[in-house]
Amino acid sequence: MYIIVGGGGDIGYYVTRSLFDRGHEVLLIERDAVRYQSLKEELGQSVVRGDACEARTMDEVGASRADVVIAVTGEDEDNMVICQVAKKRYKVGRTIARLNNPKHEEIFQKAGIDIVVSPTKTILSLIEAELPSSRFVPLMTLKSAGLEIVEVRVPAESMAVGKSLSAINLPRNCNLALIIRDKQFVPPTADTILLPNDDVFALVNREGEEELRRAFGTLE
Amino acid sequence: MKIVILGCGRVGALLATMLDREGHTVSVIDQSNAAFQRLPGEFQGNEFVGNGVDEEVLLRAGIKEADAFIAVTNGDNRNIMASQMAREIFKVKKVVCRIYDPMREETYRELGLETFCPTVIGAQSLFDAVTDKK
Repeated sequence: MYIIVGGGGDIGYYVTRSLFDRGHEVLLIERDAVRYQSLKEELGQSVVRGDACEARTMDEVGASRADVVIAVTGEDEDNMVICQVAKKRYKVGRTIARLNNPKHEEIFQKAGIDIVVSPTKTILSLIEAELPSSRFVPLMTLKSAGLEIVEVRVPAESMAVGKSLSAINLPRNCNLALIIRDKQFVPPTADTILLPNDDVFALVNREGEEELRRAFGTLE
Repeated sequence: MKIVILGCGRVGALLATMLDREGHTVSVIDQSNAAFQRLPGEFQGNEFVGNGVDEEVLLRAGIKEADAFIAVTNGDNRNIMASQMAREIFKVKKVVCRIYDPMREETYRELGLETFCPTVIGAQSLFDAVTDKK
């Protein structure tokens, strides 16, 4: 695949590097002259100096031939424009944008960007997962299907403790994928009895999330 | 009309002054407090310091009740993003976006944004002046 990466910060550099190592044709675009020089020493011909928002640069790198355009600058407005221009003007099939400020999520969704990646939100949910008080942690969102993968730690005082899964009122659109008990994998079946501090991983839609939390007694 | 202007540079300040004199309710947003010095003493409108792509700032400036939104900061991309927020999130009826780069202007015009490109308009009037066309 031919992939264009806009923005040569740390993320842009590692994305370019790893896609290149996987055998893709990758071109990194960096605007700043000093940063460009240091990237060039590492990446050689795979880095171009220019502005990924500008036609001159995008024409030069043959953007209309690109399969994927990834915008990972530190500025949300730049990432949005890079993706929208790539899609509209260069008919790029897949555009991926880094979302720096979680507040901009709605406009990114409405902007027609194919995939929005939010490092800020990801870091936050990873940290949340590591906090001892966390009982319900959203791990991943599958936007196109409206589903979430969540981790639930069953509280000792939960009504669900000591019951089999079939006896718990789970939301209809909820799929329990696995249970981790004392670092061991327990495949969930209808007869599995829940114990305190079981970590349950579930696939659930947005409407079912609250019901699931209620079922496990983690609703605050 | 209630009008929100993003960017209090020369164009933003002059436009705000003109609309204010006509009796419109004008809110001006700029990142720097100093920019509001461009507004005349008799300016009746409201001034808001903040980032134009921040929903809270736009809300404070009254974007929800606005009849028109005009984006005239120095950054094309900032204008583009703020204009799309005004249109798509806050459903402002009249949104005008200044874009210096003719390519980007063309792209966003095709995407349905009302755009204004000083580069093309300026070059054309200079061209007409030099070639004696009117």
